[in-house]
Amino acid sequence: MNKTLGLLAEFENPATLMNAAEKFREAGYKTFDCHSPFPIHGMDEAMGLKRSPIGYIVGAMAVTGAALGIGIQYYASVVAYPHIISGKPFFSWQAYVIITFALFILLGAFAAVIGMLKINGLPRFYHPVFYSDNFKKFSDDGFFVSVESDDPAFDIDKTKAFMDSVGGKNIEVLEGE
Amino acid sequence: MKYDAKTFRLTDSGKFATVALSIGAIGVAISIYGWTSHADQFFRSWLVAFGFWATISIGALFYTLIHHVTGSVKSTNMRRISEALGNGFPLLFILFLPVLFGLHSLYHWSHADVVAVDNILKWKAPYLNATFFTIRSIIYFTIWSVLGYLLYRYSTKHDEGGDPKWLNKSSKISAIGTLLFAITVTFASFDWFMSLSPHWYSTIYGVYVFGGSFLSFLTFITLFMQWMVSRGAMTNFITIDQFHDMGRWIFGFVVFWAYIGGAQYFLIWYGNLPEETIWYLTRWENGWKDVSIIMMFFHFVIPFGILAFYYSKRNTIIRTSLAALLFVMHYVDIYWLVMPSIGHGEHAAHFSPAWMDLTTFLGVSGLVLGVFFLRFTSAALAPLKDKNLTVYE
Repeated sequence: MNKTLGLLAEFENPATLMNAAEKFREAGYKTFDCHSPFPIHGMDEAMGLKRSPIGYIVGAMAVTGAALGIGIQYYASVVAYPHIISGKPFFSWQAYVIITFALFILLGAFAAVIGMLKINGLPRFYHPVFYSDNFKKFSDDGFFVSVESDDPAFDIDKTKAFMDSVGGKNIEVLEGE
Repeated sequence: MKYDAKTFRLTDSGKFATVALSIGAIGVAISIYGWTSHADQFFRSWLVAFGFWATISIGALFYTLIHHVTGSVKSTNMRRISEALGNGFPLLFILFLPVLFGLHSLYHWSHADVVAVDNILKWKAPYLNATFFTIRSIIYFTIWSVLGYLLYRYSTKHDEGGDPKWLNKSSKISAIGTLLFAITVTFASFDWFMSLSPHWYSTIYGVYVFGGSFLSFLTFITLFMQWMVSRGAMTNFITIDQFHDMGRWIFGFVVFWAYIGGAQYFLIWYGNLPEETIWYLTRWENGWKDVSIIMMFFHFVIPFGILAFYYSKRNTIIRTSLAALLFVMHYVDIYWLVMPSIGHGEHAAHFSPAWMDLTTFLGVSGLVLGVFFLRFTSAALAPLKDKNLTVYE
């Protein structure tokens, strides 16, 4: 049995798509998305997207990595195995810098990749818009707005009417399993 | 400040040039008065002041070269600043002459009696001798002067009609120029700064000086643009986005500088060979320890920690203060490279700032900035015919 997963509307050009994005944002939609063959300057503002928190995630993880790096080496060479190596003090921060730096980068890079995937909702193997044949145009000359049915403001009839009122064409109900 | 937004020109640039040149002349005059009584101190202070502006100009030259080699877009708005400052090498050559006159005062290897009893210096003598030193310096200045002049000339020619052939010429010369630049900057830093400690050597030294050069030039652009924008000039093509780019770039090169400085230090620390560690030992004694620690924190840790945040790069006060801090720290960096290396054993140089440090700084800065402002009496503040120039209505 097929469920209603969302609605899809096509727009004629980037300008009408941007205009529609502003209307959707003002109408209180949260999980709507705009699809275009190329990036449109100013679309983030029009859709009301905020700055990604990825920088802070990377920063926090990188600092954790650095602390871990210093900590491991401090424990190994001062607490667990205090050996004198080439006449240097047990706590020689100079010797720790490279591994500290490496872990700083490593955890930062992992945080960047995994955090980016998580924030984007990836990996995701399907999306309701792929049930539409007309949507194939998105990589060529189509400009679309999709609204998913889990949006709090989603109501199949009202949203359909709203899409029509902001200039949407070829409005489709996305149905799938 | 009078600015014509249609032609991108600073119409009262001559006034700033006059003021800067006057300050420079006064600074040089007082320094020469100091030379009559304290010649050694004069030459040291002069080498630091000269080195400071020479490295910033080298950074400016690199900015233009790398812009043309990579075909950059976003650096176009700031390009004329780098071209104007990078075309100042003939003046810097004149400012270099006191260093040649003070060779015996500054460079240990220039004394024949010292070399005669020093096997290492005897072995290095075919390279480290006054004649070859002078010839090499002339070669460096010739290469930089020609590159700086041609890049500036092609760019101002391009302003007249917008013929793309001038940009193509710039790209071609920059491709060869980057190679020549890398070699000359490495050897110039070896000659002028590293040979102050003639026994000591570090192959990464040239990269370290280059890192500081480019970083300080980026802070120079930021401060110059901020000064212009705060007085209503350049506002039609310099906005928060350009400042944000400069903030990112400064952030990147703060890390680069520290990375190279760290790479040099850690290898020497690990190896623990006396002839190598001595260079750091002289920077940890006689009052230099505080300067070294200040370098670590104010040239790296603090700017890095603050500039990591998006907000700091876009906030005018934070970004400008950090640019000013790093600009000053570049002077400290050159001071730190030069001063502790002069004098040996019981004649080791203590950390003792002299009044001539200030007057030579004012002298060289005034003259370099005076010539820099003179460029804008005939040239626009932006390459206005470049299609990559972003102009805001």
